Amino acid sequence: MDQFAGRKNIIVIMVLVSAFALIVRLFYIQVIDSSYKLSAENNSKRIETIYAARGLIFDRNRKLLVYNQPAYDLMIAPFELKPFDSTALCDLLSIDITRLRAGIAKVKIPKYRREPFIKQLSPETYAKLQEKLYKFPGFYVRSRTLRKYSREMASHLLGYVGEVDEKTIEKNPDYVMGDYIGISGIEGYYEEFLRGSRGQEVLLVDVHGRVKGPYQGGRFDEDAKVGMDFVCTIDATLQAYGETLMKNYKGSIVAIEPSTGEVLTLISSPSYDPSLLVGRQRSENYGRLEHDSLEPLFNRALMANYPPGSTFKPVNALIALQQGLVNTGTTFSCNRGFFARGVSVGCHDHNSPLKFLQGIQNSCNAYFCNVFRRIIEDPKFSSSTEAYNNWRNYVLSFGFGNRLNSDFTNELKGFIAPSSYYDRYYGENRWSALTIISLAIGQGELLITPLQMANMSACIANRGYYFTPHIVKKIEGIDTLDHRFTSRHNISIDTANFRLVVEGMYLAVNGGPGSTAGIARLSNIAVCGKTGTAENPQGEDHSVFVAFAPKDDPKIAISVYVEHGKWGASYAAPIASLLIEKYLTDSIAPNRKWIETRMLSGNLLHAK
Amino acid sequence: MTRTINILEEIDWTTVSLYLFLVIFGWMNIFASSYNEQFRNIFDLRQSYGDQLLWIFITFLAIFSLFAIDHRFFSFFTYPIYGIAILFLLLVLAFGLEIHGSRSWLNIAGFSLQPSEFVKIAVALAIARYLSGYNVKLMTWRSLAFIAGFIGVPMILISLQPDFGTTLVFSCFILVLYREGLPGWILGISLFTAIVFLMTLLLPEIAVLIILLASAVLFIGIANQKVNHSLFSALIIAGTFGIVKIISLFIPVKPGNYMLLLISSVIAAIILIIIILRKKIPNALLILAILFAFVSLTFSVDYVFDKVLKPHQQTRVNILLGKETDTKGVGYNLNQSKIAIGAGGFAGKGYLHGTQTKLDYVPEQSTDFIFCTVGEEWGFLGTMVVVLAFAGLLVRLLFLAERQRSVFARLYGYGVISILFFHVAVNIAMTIGLFPVIGIPLPFFSYGGSSMLAFSMLLFIFVRLDAVRKIYLI
Repeated sequence: MDQFAGRKNIIVIMVLVSAFALIVRLFYIQVIDSSYKLSAENNSKRIETIYAARGLIFDRNRKLLVYNQPAYDLMIAPFELKPFDSTALCDLLSIDITRLRAGIAKVKIPKYRREPFIKQLSPETYAKLQEKLYKFPGFYVRSRTLRKYSREMASHLLGYVGEVDEKTIEKNPDYVMGDYIGISGIEGYYEEFLRGSRGQEVLLVDVHGRVKGPYQGGRFDEDAKVGMDFVCTIDATLQAYGETLMKNYKGSIVAIEPSTGEVLTLISSPSYDPSLLVGRQRSENYGRLEHDSLEPLFNRALMANYPPGSTFKPVNALIALQQGLVNTGTTFSCNRGFFARGVSVGCHDHNSPLKFLQGIQNSCNAYFCNVFRRIIEDPKFSSSTEAYNNWRNYVLSFGFGNRLNSDFTNELKGFIAPSSYYDRYYGENRWSALTIISLAIGQGELLITPLQMANMSACIANRGYYFTPHIVKKIEGIDTLDHRFTSRHNISIDTANFRLVVEGMYLAVNGGPGSTAGIARLSNIAVCGKTGTAENPQGEDHSVFVAFAPKDDPKIAISVYVEHGKWGASYAAPIASLLIEKYLTDSIAPNRKWIETRMLSGNLLHAK
Repeated sequence: MTRTINILEEIDWTTVSLYLFLVIFGWMNIFASSYNEQFRNIFDLRQSYGDQLLWIFITFLAIFSLFAIDHRFFSFFTYPIYGIAILFLLLVLAFGLEIHGSRSWLNIAGFSLQPSEFVKIAVALAIARYLSGYNVKLMTWRSLAFIAGFIGVPMILISLQPDFGTTLVFSCFILVLYREGLPGWILGISLFTAIVFLMTLLLPEIAVLIILLASAVLFIGIANQKVNHSLFSALIIAGTFGIVKIISLFIPVKPGNYMLLLISSVIAAIILIIIILRKKIPNALLILAILFAFVSLTFSVDYVFDKVLKPHQQTRVNILLGKETDTKGVGYNLNQSKIAIGAGGFAGKGYLHGTQTKLDYVPEQSTDFIFCTVGEEWGFLGTMVVVLAFAGLLVRLLFLAERQRSVFARLYGYGVISILFFHVAVNIAMTIGLFPVIGIPLPFFSYGGSSMLAFSMLLFIFVRLDAVRKIYLI
């Protein structure tokens, strides 16, 4: 229309070039550059962890032993902090102002996340704080659970729970910082069943950090799964009773149900209150317990190697019987001891000579030295070494010298010396039965754990087999137990021989005069047992006793070890008998009450 | 003589369709940006989308009434309309509500109105009316003065509110003038000045200097259509720089490269001037003079920035330019905007699924930054569609403007095009970090009754005029 009409084209080009430039830039930001996408995600998504409650622990009769109590972590979101009344907060939390400031300063790196500020507030603090929490923007509360114990009991058995450390996380990436994990005992061994699984909530948050709703309708949310409940084989009443009796002594008690290998009670004394190792004060308390000279953290039932003393004699008896080296009529005399070629082993005063059953009944050292000598000098073998190896194999088959492969943590092996041990010490073929004669009476290089002793007792009770001792009775949600707990371990010794030894052990309790364990006698239950006095070169001897009852169809096999108790009959036997009586009859007969009183009032905690 | 026409046949339905698409899509995004599952009533006036719906309704009513008025109304009453607009600008300065530090809004009978939005229409009308007058030529001092007045007065009044962004909008009318004969070089120089201004603030001095020198050398060649001239000038400058640099190695004082370049350019300029005067190379002198002017501009901008502006103002400028990133403070808007758009990816997160915009991460997300919602929820496909829709609308309007027989209509059309172009280009560029953040809305998209009504009136006055183009009338 006019001379400048052509300029329209310039303007059209301007429009198109601008559009093109915008589109190119948009393409770059939206399609090519992915950093914005990530920023958007980080901005608006927040993942909240939902912690699962641990499974509960019950005793064999479904009495609740361990359960959960709520705990609250105080979380801080540094990005959302606004000025607040710090004095008021310090009052509510019962901390001082420097601690508050230090804590905040530590977290002051700009983050869009929340971090724990104070862990495990008590429910009381939480209740007080919760009402006023709105006054402190940037602070939140996250709920956790902590363990609670219905009774102060079975601490070693149950174990405790702590926070997971870096090493564990490295080994098992399932865990993240802040998770709890079971350490030792049932909590530790059965952690994977008890812990359940974490859940998560993915939330949409707006620019002020306020939760606006679930992210994508909760598509990525996961429910937390509660841990599985655990029924253990312990009888809570018996355990509590045993712990009361052992309160003033150092030592252990292990009781097993022979027909199944289920551990009825496992006591190590001195013990500690399991609640001490719960929550915030755990590290501090643990430190104190660690330095306690009485070593309460030490599980004597599993982690202590003791010489068995005379309680080992039944084993030697069985081996000798099986090898055909002795029989019921075999007689040995005892002249207050065993003497041969420069070797002498003392014995207490008793009738002499003794036949087999009386040898057990009176726990005659000379008798068993002779028995042992026959085993090692057995002409069937070409050398003492060979005979010893044969003897050793029998001993090992009872479960000695190795871990029993139970579901306890920290089992010790004990020690049954291999012949190479003596070879090294004395020289090959330079040792004989007499050199190692102390093994006859359960001394010398022999070392066992109380668990192994109880297992041996169960084995004899069963007349020739045992089941691996275990603490798990049932895990809710799992149908079958580990195969290893239900398979029988047979000893290659004839049942008939076992019956003889059982008879001997019966006499040891019920045989009247000469019986070393008469104090364990119950009026209407046939108790079989064997006393032991374990030598302690550094001080007073230890009081040991193994037993099972009733003689026929035994329900409980037990080993009791009381440090510095001197004679087996002084402490270990009475305590064992009380437990047996309690377990089988639910009460203590009035005419035996004095034994209970005596045990309760004694105190060997600081004896040496 | 008037011919009867069927108005419905003559309305440019392409324009109307594009307009409706933008309004509806725009409303959908306003809805998304304020979407809250609890408030589902789209007519809820308390929510932006409900309010916008009301204003869309009012706008449609206004458009209908536009078509009811005689088309001569606009050219006839141009100056009174302009006068009223100026009056309202004065009123808002006196009685306006103060929001975000500026008085831009008037409260009339319960409605909030922004006079500056409507003033744009008045200015477009005024320029169109004036330049279409009998025997009025653009390139006369008298005309230029009037036009400067028409544009300048509202600019000053708006800058007093203060509303920097809207003030800047009025610079778009240079496009109208360009179409009417404003020498191209003015447009070129203005653009170049703006670029140099930005460059000075964004780039180090030596880069600016090199670019200026290079452009000058280039233009000498272009202006005379002789490559030789360019090469010659380049050679002289390079030669002098080399000599000066070598000399500097021997003297104790070691000035930086920038200084050396400056010195050598001055020397080269002197040499060139001598040669030019002797050999009479046309235009070269002019270009050198312009070069000198620009270098001075560079220096003064730098001087103002470094010595006159206070530190916090410097920071503000730097952030606007993207030199500094302050993702939590002033740069927050831009960063969040880019995040929101960038997060959309190719196809977007889906309608109503935008997290950044839904959760208030983008400030002003239903007004100035409404484009972010498009970007986040509809992705690159969505943003591209919107850009193309606007581009299409503008090109269509250009076509319509050219087919006008009435100069007034054509001029007004170009006014509409310029205003829309400026808003769309700057607003979108703002959200993606290609332009400093100044608060101007996206036409037909941004939430705001005044904005919606004003832009729609702006557009449909032209559609109205176009519909009667076959009836020739001044």
